[in-house]
Parts: sequence; structure tokens; C-alpha cells
Amino acid sequence: MMNLLTKLVGWIDERFPLVSMWKEHVSEYYAPKNFNFWYFFGSLAMLLLVIQFVSGIFLTMNYKPDALFAFTSVEYIMRDVQWGWLLRYIHSTGASMFFVVIYLHMFRGMMYGSYRKPRELLWIIGMIIYLALMGEAFMGYLLPWGQMSFWGAQVIVNLFSSVPFIGHDLAILIRGDFVVSDITLNRFFALHVVAIPLILVLIVIAHLVALHEVGSNNPDGIEIKKHKDANGKPLDGIPFHPYYTVKDGVGVMGFLIIFCAIVFFAPDMGGYFLEYNNFVPANPMKTPEHIAPVWYFTPYYAILRAVPPLFGSQFPGVVAMGIATVAFFFLPWLDRGKVKSIRYRGPLYKAFLASFVVSFVGLGWLGLMPSTPTYTVFSQILAVVYFAFFLLMPWYTKIDKCKPEPDRVTFK
Amino acid sequence: MTENVDNNKRRLLIAASAAAGGVAAVGAGAPFVLSLMPSERAKAAGAPIEVDVSGIEPGAMMSVEWQGKPVWIVHRTQEMLDILTKHDTELADPTSEVPQQPEYCNNPTRSIKPEFLVVLGVCTHLGCSPTFRPEVAPADLGANWAGGWFCPCHGSRFDLAARVFKGVPAPTNMIIPPHKYLSDTRLVIGDDSKGKA
Repeated sequence: MMNLLTKLVGWIDERFPLVSMWKEHVSEYYAPKNFNFWYFFGSLAMLLLVIQFVSGIFLTMNYKPDALFAFTSVEYIMRDVQWGWLLRYIHSTGASMFFVVIYLHMFRGMMYGSYRKPRELLWIIGMIIYLALMGEAFMGYLLPWGQMSFWGAQVIVNLFSSVPFIGHDLAILIRGDFVVSDITLNRFFALHVVAIPLILVLIVIAHLVALHEVGSNNPDGIEIKKHKDANGKPLDGIPFHPYYTVKDGVGVMGFLIIFCAIVFFAPDMGGYFLEYNNFVPANPMKTPEHIAPVWYFTPYYAILRAVPPLFGSQFPGVVAMGIATVAFFFLPWLDRGKVKSIRYRGPLYKAFLASFVVSFVGLGWLGLMPSTPTYTVFSQILAVVYFAFFLLMPWYTKIDKCKPEPDRVTFK
Repeated sequence: MTENVDNNKRRLLIAASAAAGGVAAVGAGAPFVLSLMPSERAKAAGAPIEVDVSGIEPGAMMSVEWQGKPVWIVHRTQEMLDILTKHDTELADPTSEVPQQPEYCNNPTRSIKPEFLVVLGVCTHLGCSPTFRPEVAPADLGANWAGGWFCPCHGSRFDLAARVFKGVPAPTNMIIPPHKYLSDTRLVIGDDSKGKA
């Protein structure tokens, strides 16, 4: 039996670089030995990609991308298709958990300076994944054709119409119609189910290839490739398999416990994962009283609302929101710190990162709330804090009093 | 380091986790596979239907849809019933040995009431729906034709009890679906009180 298997692998290996790929990316990919809790989220994001693909494919088998049938086909999935409710709740919970995992993954990169040289491109590819994911989530949210689907899409597409000169036509181009309609639904379906998933897979592969080219960063923010043994293996590195496959397995188990608890006991998460208004079919004649995007978009939505119209145009708010999203791209060049990891940074960076987290979470909360004058002031203050983190970074990272980095990774 | 490894324990742990993981994988996969089975809506479309047979003229046929397939109800005249007994030697399965009918229709007329034949209008060859040809000896079907069904796809021939003739592609008689009478004229197809079809 084993002999036969060995022969088969040998046969394949003469025709396809199976063993060398396995070695390069798994069994002989040396990762720093000091990974901690924060390093679970990369593999969890991969797991969520698989979960979303599988549940999404099965949902597509019963969903109808047609304004007349979309809502009822989702109800059909929920009530009539065997286990359809589970497929849908896995997919909707997966969408929210994807953002939880991605935000924690990004925060890990910020804490440990994982975007710094030589990992700038790795970080940028990751940010492209994040943007693609936002597009994927936004378009997927239209598909159930509920009230929030419809009006959420209406508001977001109208953001584009505020672009000077071309905005009006741009919005029509996106919708394919003068309002969000069956045509819009149909094309969002095509993009959500075919185009963006395809792009996501390709850039995730690029992300991994880039990671394995430069090697993983670690909580100490120092390069393990500086100290190698006689065989050229990093002294502080351990093979990804079996060490990190097993460690990530533990992370997967812990994650799945939380994931299943949400799927089975709180799939709508009190209206945050599935908004209550979306259980009402889309009605172009009646806007719900309170429209809020799903929680993962709310920090940017709050920034959008925080900027008052200038020269009778909403465009400055849209620009602020856009900058808030793409600001992460520039981190590798904004950061002038002598060290990478928060462990050896001075108090200034720590204070700014903490205030950034507060502003991000605070804006996220404010984005869920109805707009009131008091809340708008809060949003404006937090938006300033948010942008200060990026804009002042070249200054505060440079003058910050860093501690000396260790020569080798710290490991208990 | 390697000399301290307890290989037996390691193999046991690997086998145990693989087994537990396998059970979990099967359990997690089951809902996905089961979602491919007919939904409640599809099952409802397969529910029993009720038909009023009082309007069918003697010698005429009515076609109704059940589970997305045609079901024929033929009101056979006495002459039609008389013909049924006369060509047993030409039939592939004259006494309906092959269980293509419920037990209560395993009789010479393949029906509950001799005058009403209820049959699933699907050819047992490749699933076409044969054409009802009640007339005797038409030009295209030959002098021997005593009324029945002719399948346009591959030329299978059935008599007025939906029994197949010898020498045609169809291997068996057509299927008699489960059915019962609620009254003289109210017919239920798909339910015979012995479990649904």
C-alpha cells in the first residue's frame, strides 16, 4: 500500500513539481518559532475563504438572481431546501467572521510592523484582498433583495454619483439603470459569484507566494534569516509543517466552536450580522427609517457622515471615506520607526496605535447609530484621530524612543 | 530528541484524531449533500392529486400531471376490455409478472375498476411519452393494431392495459401508479392508503 503510494507520488513528481512545492511552501517553509495568538488569523482567513466558497456554491444552486424571485428564493432556501437554513447562516456568519478575522490579521501586521521592508508588497497585496473582500461583501448583500439590500446599494452607488462631472453617468454605469433594479441585481450576482471570487483566489495565491518569498515576520519584528545554521536554515525558524499546521489546527478548532455557536444560536447577531429590515422585501417606494451598513463598513460610513457638504457637494465626505480605506496602503512608507515591533517601540507609537483602535471601534459604533448633532461631533473628533494616526506617523515614529531589538527572537 | 518518541502512542493519537476528524467531516458534509435532495417544494409537487373521472367519455383518455409526469386515465369500453384477453401470446408479460403495478392492480385489466385504467404515461424504454391510438387497424400501425399506445421515439407498442408487445424496444409494461377511489368518480393518484408513492 505505502509502496504503491510512493510510486504514485514518484510518477507524478516526474511530471509535476509536487514534492518540491510541498517542501518549499509547507514542510520546509521555515517560520519563526515565536508565533503567538495573533498568528492564527492568516490561516483562519484561508479557512473562511473555503467556507464561503463551499456554502456559496450550494446557495447558488437554489438562489435566483431576479428581482421578482430573489427574495422568495432566499425564503425558499430558508424554509424548503433541506438544510438550506444552515447553508445560508454559514454563508452570512462567514461574511461577518471573515471581516473579524481580516481586521485582527491587519491589526497584527500593524502591531508587529509586518508591512515594513521587505514586506511592503506583501502588505499591499493583502490590502487589495481587503478591498476585493469589501466589494464582494457589498455585492453579496444586495442579493437577498431585502429592504437593507436595496437601500444600502442605493446609498453606496449614489456615493459614486457625487464624483464631480462624471458622477451621474458613473452611477448609471454601475447600476445599468437609473435606479437599483433587476439589472443591477443581475450584474452584482455575476460579480459576486464569478468575477470577484476568481480575483480573490488569484491574489490570495499571490499573497502566499510573496509571504514565502520574504518569509514571515514575528512578534519581535526581527529577521530570522540573519542567523542560519550550517545547512542555511534559520536558527530561530521551525518548519511550517508539522509545527504550525498543528498549532493552526488548534486555532481552527477554537474558531469553529465560536463560529458554530453563532450559526446555531445567534445567526443574526442581534441585527448586526443580518439586519432586521432585510427580512422585508425590497421596496423602491419606501425607505426604511434608519439605514446603516453592515457593521464591517460602519467605521468608513461614520467618516462619510462626519464630513459636512462643501460647496454643496457630498464629494469631500466620499473622498475622506476613500482615503480612510486606502490609507493602509501607505503604511510601509509612513512608518519611519527604527524598530518594527510594538514590543520595542516607544510610548508615542503605542499611544497613537491605541487611539487609532479606539477611533476605529468608536467610528464603527457611531456608524451604526442614527445621525444626531452630538454623534456627528463625536464622529468628527474620532475621524481626526483616525487620520492623525496616518498623517503624523512619519513624525511620531521617527522621534519615538525605541528600545533595542534583541539579536535573536524571544521565546520561552 | 527522536529516540524519546513513543511511536506507538504517536500512531494511536494520529489514528484517533484522523477518525474523529473523519466523523466530523462526514457530519459537516451531510447537510451539503442533503441540500441537493428534493426540497419541500419539490416534495409538495410530488404530493397526491385528486381527479374527477366522471367527465371522461367512454373510449376517451384524460391526461393529468403528477410529480411532473403525465398520468393517463382511460375510460375503456366493453369492446376495448374484450380485446385485452385476445392477444396474450403477442405480449412480453401478459400476466404482469414484473412488479410494474401495485398488488391490487395485478389483474388482467391492470386496474381497480375494469373500465378505468390509470397509468403513468412514460415509456419504459427511454422515458418518452407514447401516443394514444385507440382506433383499430389504422393504416400506419397495420392491420393487427387493436388500439393502445405507440411510442413515437423508438416504436414501442402497448395495448389498452399498457402492456408491452413482444419485439419492441421497451422491456416492461408501463407503470401503474398507486391510486384509490374516494367515491365512484373521485380518484386519488399517488396515495393508496398503503404509504405514499
